[in-house]
Parts: sequence; structure tokens; C-alpha cells
Amino acid sequence: MNYEQLITEMAERDERFVIMTAENRALLRNIPKNDKIKNRFFDTGITEQTMLGAAAGLALRGRTPIVHALAAFLTMRAFEFIRTDAGIGNLPVKLTGFIPGFLSDGNGPTHQAIEDISILRGIPNMEVFAPADEEDMLIMLPQIWNSKAPSYVRANIAKPVLTHSKDFTIGKAEVISTGTDITFLVYGMLFPHVVEAKSLLEKQGLSIGLVNMRCLKPVDEQVILDSVSNSEVVIAVEDHFKIGGLYSIIAEVLLKHRTTGNVQSFSLGEKWFKPGRLDAVLEYEGFTGVKLSQRALALLEIVSKP
Amino acid sequence: MKEQEIIELKSLALKVRENIVNMSTEGGCFTGASLSCTDLFVYLYKKFLNINKNNLQDPNRDYLFLSKGHDVPALYGLYAEIGFIEKARLQNHLSTEDSIYWHPNRNIPGVEFHSGSLGHLPSVAIGVALDCRLRNQTNKVVVVTGDGELNEGSVWEAALVASAYKLDNLILVVDRNYFQANMATEELIPLESIKEKFEAFGWHAQEVDGHDFNQLEAAFKSTAFGKGKPSVVIAQTVRGKGLPSIEKRADRWFCNFNANEVQALLGELHDNKPAELVSETLVVR
Repeated sequence: MNYEQLITEMAERDERFVIMTAENRALLRNIPKNDKIKNRFFDTGITEQTMLGAAAGLALRGRTPIVHALAAFLTMRAFEFIRTDAGIGNLPVKLTGFIPGFLSDGNGPTHQAIEDISILRGIPNMEVFAPADEEDMLIMLPQIWNSKAPSYVRANIAKPVLTHSKDFTIGKAEVISTGTDITFLVYGMLFPHVVEAKSLLEKQGLSIGLVNMRCLKPVDEQVILDSVSNSEVVIAVEDHFKIGGLYSIIAEVLLKHRTTGNVQSFSLGEKWFKPGRLDAVLEYEGFTGVKLSQRALALLEIVSKP
Repeated sequence: MKEQEIIELKSLALKVRENIVNMSTEGGCFTGASLSCTDLFVYLYKKFLNINKNNLQDPNRDYLFLSKGHDVPALYGLYAEIGFIEKARLQNHLSTEDSIYWHPNRNIPGVEFHSGSLGHLPSVAIGVALDCRLRNQTNKVVVVTGDGELNEGSVWEAALVASAYKLDNLILVVDRNYFQANMATEELIPLESIKEKFEAFGWHAQEVDGHDFNQLEAAFKSTAFGKGKPSVVIAQTVRGKGLPSIEKRADRWFCNFNANEVQALLGELHDNKPAELVSETLVVR
């Protein structure tokens, strides 16, 4: 099963679902040819704003529009339409952002959605998700699309490097392991790279926790609190600006619970990333498994110094 | 239209204008802009749209989306007269005990969607029109924009998309009062020819006197509804219509009159003698 097969199956079964795109058909190649659902497929051309307004109109009539565009343009070109039409209206408009974060690889900063989590989670009632890979996404999507809330998903069609728990609930993370030295909290496409970093660090005898966050809003507060109390260092790993993403979310959760911890950020700080082939980008920006493990080790050494 | 019908529409429009004037105090409202589309709303709700207080939840009703949300006193002023809301509720204008504020919201029966940010509802109306067609329903989807609102790029995105999808159940109405906020449209961002612009986008376009009920009737009866393309009716109107003392004035978009002025203006609605106004005007130049 892939993304398009899932959306096709759900739309065939349930007439509430309509499928929209601003001429981004990478994940929707066969739907326009599918006689059962093609009348519920609307490609509005390169008009993110009008697509979002129309999605709100369809939702007013009882539909659940699943809306596609490149993540940068979906979330930023149409931001006020998301906030004002879907947000104020509290309508079940389901956003799927394609090539978010590092996945825009060679496009350059115009296409880099690395503030999407920050701006979308600021909208009341909006739910925000970032699956680790395609399998994870397919486990998560049925619940996301059946929820009454507006939502944003960072699309991720990477092949999985491990089997994910089928047990998904909105607001719950997937705990891969717990550890006493370092716990990585990660979401989205960086997940497999952190899996690799974890295995490299474990070879050095370290105890490593790893959490696939899955949901950025609502977030799994308990998993954050547990990570901080279980391990020496917690590292939030994200292809996102430092402000407003997972690192900020962790800070908000810790303050809410009147606690603190040694929480570090592996993020893009306040800069757009150097565009290139994805593997080259990850190498340059320090997000390969090897680089992540080295950066984590360096952090741990600083912490451990008397 | 029969003479008696015109008399009734004019009498209703006068009551709506009185309601607008009564809301133009204690904080004020967008008086000038509301008066320009009063006759339009009266015509649409009384003669054109299948919308009444008993079918507001019926999926087969017609839809009216007010995209130039700051005109909402005209809408609420009418709703109070046709039974959508209690007339006494208009006195709650700007009270936090109610939801009657400067822009529309769905807490008020009859309001299909909130607006205030310009250039949104043509797109929202497209979604509704698409769904009506998907369900083989023949209801009309009308969306009212301002003329200044046509500055917004999203209006023209929507114009392209509505045309591409041949949305012949969608009718856009432009309240062409020649002002945007505090400037004359043609002095700031000239819009003419609006009709030719829409025609170039593949729309059926008409221009009419937006205060003449016979002309409105003729225009709305000859749209391209059901004929393969979206329609626009460009209603030529007068900002402040009905109050010569504020008509066609750039500085009388938003008004906050004192109690004496309100009384004088209510008189002016009937005798057309310009009232003496002392309250502050909006000057941007």
C-alpha cells in the first residue's frame, strides 16, 4: 500500500472525502483516471489560496478535503487562508505538504518548508503531524483524516528502516527505545538517520533512547517528561528552524510541568540550508547518521566533564 | 416588476438604511460602504435568492456569501427586518454579550461564513458551488465583493478557477461604489474596465444600476446561470446612498456619529436634506 492507494481506498469507501491539489500530482497520479472518485478530484492549478478557500467551502458542505501542494507554498503562500478559512471556521481541511524540510533538497530556500511546524501549530485546533516514513504515514493517516480538526501532515514517502507500531493515537509518540545517556526526539525524514546514529553510539557502549514523535500538535507530553528524567541529555532533531519547532515545543512542555533538563537542539538554527542532492545536503548540514552520532558524542563529553 | 413590488422593496430598503444609521454610533461602523449595497441585498433576498428564515439549514437553499465583510450592517439591518434575527438585537452592536461586530460571523443566522479579510469568499463560494454541482443540486451561489476588494490577487485566482471549472451556479456581485477604504478606486488602483476584465477571464458580465430594482431584476434574470460559465453582475452604486450629506465621500467610509447626528440622519433618509455633521471624519490624504 502507498499514499495514493490509501487515499483511493478511503475516498472510494467514504464520499465525504474530496481530493484537491494545486497542480501537485506526484502522489496522485491515478486518481484523475479513477471513475469512482475522479469527480471528487479538483486540481485548481497553481492557486494555493483559492484551493484553500474552496476546501473550506467544500468542508462547509460536509466534505473532508484532503489538500495537496508543495509544503512551502501550501503553508506559507496560503497561510492566511488556512488560518482564516479552515482555522477560524474550525473545518476538517486536511493538508498534505509535499517535500517538507530537507526533502526539498536541490530546490533552494524558496521551496524550503522549515518553519511550517512553527506557523501551523500556532493556529487554534490545528493538528500537526510528521511521520517517519511511508509506512508510518499510512498507519497515521486514517485517524488524521477521520478527525474533525483541521490538520497538516509533512508528507514522507521514504521506505521504512524498521517496522513501526500499528498502535497509533493522535497525540502519542512511538517510543523505539529508552536510554540513560542520550534520548533523541525526532520527527519526519530524519528518523532513519537518527536510527543509524543510535546504533553507532550503542556500539560505543552508550544507552540511547529514541522517540519517533509522530505528532507535533497535540504533542505527547509524557514522552518528553520521561525522556528528560530518564537520560543525561535529550536532543531534539529536526529539519526545521530552531524557533517554533520541536525544541520550542519541548521547552513549552517542560515549563508547563515546572521542570527542566539538559535539552539540546539539532536543527537549522536560523538559516536556510545549503541546497543540493539530499545525501550531500545531509552531509553538509551535519544530519547523516555518522554526523549526528559525532555531534551527540561531543555534547555528551561536554556534559560529562567535571 | 410591478409598481407595488418596487414600493415594497423601497420601503424595506429604507428600514434597512435606518438600521444602518442606528448602528453608526457608540463605536460606529462602515456606514458609507453599507449604504451602497443595501438595495442590492434587499433585491437579492426578496426577489432572487431562495433563502428564508425556515430554510437556513437546508442544503438546497441558495447561498449568499458576503466577501466585503465590512458591509455587514446592511446584512444585519436586513436580517432584522426579514426575521432572521430579533430587531432588538441590533442594539447589541459591539457588545461582547452578542456577536454583532464590524465583520460577519456564523453566530448570526443567515451568515454563511465569516469574512473581513478581503478576497476570501469568492474561493469559499467556489468550494460550495463545486459541491452543489457534485450533488446535482441547482441552488445558486452568490458572492458579494467590493470594488476595492478586486485589488486582491486571490479574487483573480478565483476568477480563473471558476471559469476553468465552468461554475455556472456561481454569481459574483461587485458593489461598484468607486471607493476603496479612504480613496477613490480610479485614483489609486484603477479598475476599469471591470466588465472586460471578467469577460477576458471567461465570465458572463453585466453592468447595472445597483439602486434600480428593475435593472437588478433584468440583470439577475439574464445571468449565465446553468449555461456553462460563471456570471458577474457589476452593480454601479453610490457610497453612502440615501444620505446626501455623506454620499460619494472618501472620508465617510467608517462613521461614528453622535446621538444628535443619528437623529438628523434618520430624518435625512426621509427628506434628503443634508444633515449638519460635526463628528470626526477619516482623512488619509
